[in-house]
Amino acid sequence: MKYLSEFRDGEIAQRIAAEIRRTITRPWAIMEVCGGQTHSIIRNGIDQILPPELELVHGPGCPVCVTPLEVIDRALAIAARPEVIFCSFGDMLRVPGSTHDLFRIKSEGGDVRVVYSPLDAVKIARENPARQVVFFGIGFETTAPANAMSVVQARREGLTNFSVLVSHVLVPPAIEAIMSSPGNRVQAFLAAGHVCSVMGTWQYPPLAARHRVPIVVTGFEPLDVLEGIRRVVHQLEEGRAEVENAYARVVSVEGNKPAQAVLEDVFEVTDRAWRGIGVIPASGWRLSERYRDFDAEARFDVGSITAVESPLCHSGEILQGALKPSQCPAFGKQCTPRTPLGATMVSSEGACAAYYNYGRFLAAESA
Amino acid sequence: MCLAVPGRIEEIYESMGTRMARLDFGGIKKDVCLAYVPEAKIGEYALVHVGFAINVIDEASAQETLRHFRELGLLEEELGAGEDGAAHPEVPS
Repeated sequence: MKYLSEFRDGEIAQRIAAEIRRTITRPWAIMEVCGGQTHSIIRNGIDQILPPELELVHGPGCPVCVTPLEVIDRALAIAARPEVIFCSFGDMLRVPGSTHDLFRIKSEGGDVRVVYSPLDAVKIARENPARQVVFFGIGFETTAPANAMSVVQARREGLTNFSVLVSHVLVPPAIEAIMSSPGNRVQAFLAAGHVCSVMGTWQYPPLAARHRVPIVVTGFEPLDVLEGIRRVVHQLEEGRAEVENAYARVVSVEGNKPAQAVLEDVFEVTDRAWRGIGVIPASGWRLSERYRDFDAEARFDVGSITAVESPLCHSGEILQGALKPSQCPAFGKQCTPRTPLGATMVSSEGACAAYYNYGRFLAAESA
Repeated sequence: MCLAVPGRIEEIYESMGTRMARLDFGGIKKDVCLAYVPEAKIGEYALVHVGFAINVIDEASAQETLRHFRELGLLEEELGAGEDGAAHPEVPS
């Protein structure tokens, strides 16, 4: 496929890796923020052709993984109501809440439907005027414009039976939190290319300057990922801390202006809890005052929610790069993709699932 | 989750007041919302995430990156530089 296969050439991949080997002179730890990049790195074996001096720390950029347990439990309570059709992206269905997941709700008779696009949920609302349709609006800046448009479209059509359970998270505050954490080991970032496709790169120079940290906007195909790493290593070796764009075919400085205008209208910034990490100030979006009538949390009173995490799950340390999945005592034993204890084992972009599915059982010990 | 796939715009139409398009993803056709890429034209490639085009792919920039990839390392080979980092081609930004 055009724009995919050209960026998967094995020979060129080896050439970029050789260039990285030539450049590197000492150990460096770099974080790929986005779970999609983690998946690409492990699936394509990129970690195995890099020099041993280079440690890839897998970041918290998987919305499925960082959606707080309280929100999952709230989703489960809303989805179980008889008047509700609960619509979600497919990867949220197996995420364990405190006691069960959306699949269980569905198997027990709840009307839980997987949608490909948020507009599909609006269509379901249009076709089922006697039911309440709730869309589970999770994701980073990449997904937020689509979720925002569902609300805009529902208002345009005058739909009163549509609402959204919003749990949006933002990348720059997460980078800020990682860099400010006392135990931080990360020395450079691969910024998430598709987030930047929407938001542009203008948010990042202050971060790079404040923390003296190189940030390279990076794509997802193997050559894109390797090129991002190559540029980061060059910066580290040369003592530079700049924002570079290694994904220029879809990322500009200003980003997607029409999308940003809708985001500005529909959402407002709020503090957000990240599963396994805790509350990060101003790290998420909620519906703005103008669209508050579409807020599922306000529409459905499900009582107070007390979330209980599995005591065996170390996903918090994994999401912050303090622990590799294969260093978790439960990894591959009590916790597998079929019996996940935490969200990092559920989503294919979670670091634990990527390590499990591509056989990285021992890789971490040598890293 | 932030996975986005490039597809070729084949047909543009309107549905419920929203600009939509039919895109070809290597033989698989899907309907995609174009609200965020008002300038997109038939024949162009858009990057699609959860049913929304989030950008039009810049062909010139894609070619530039590929040319850079092809050239990478060739200079070292020509200059006979080994793995000691003696020569690096200029990176287009």
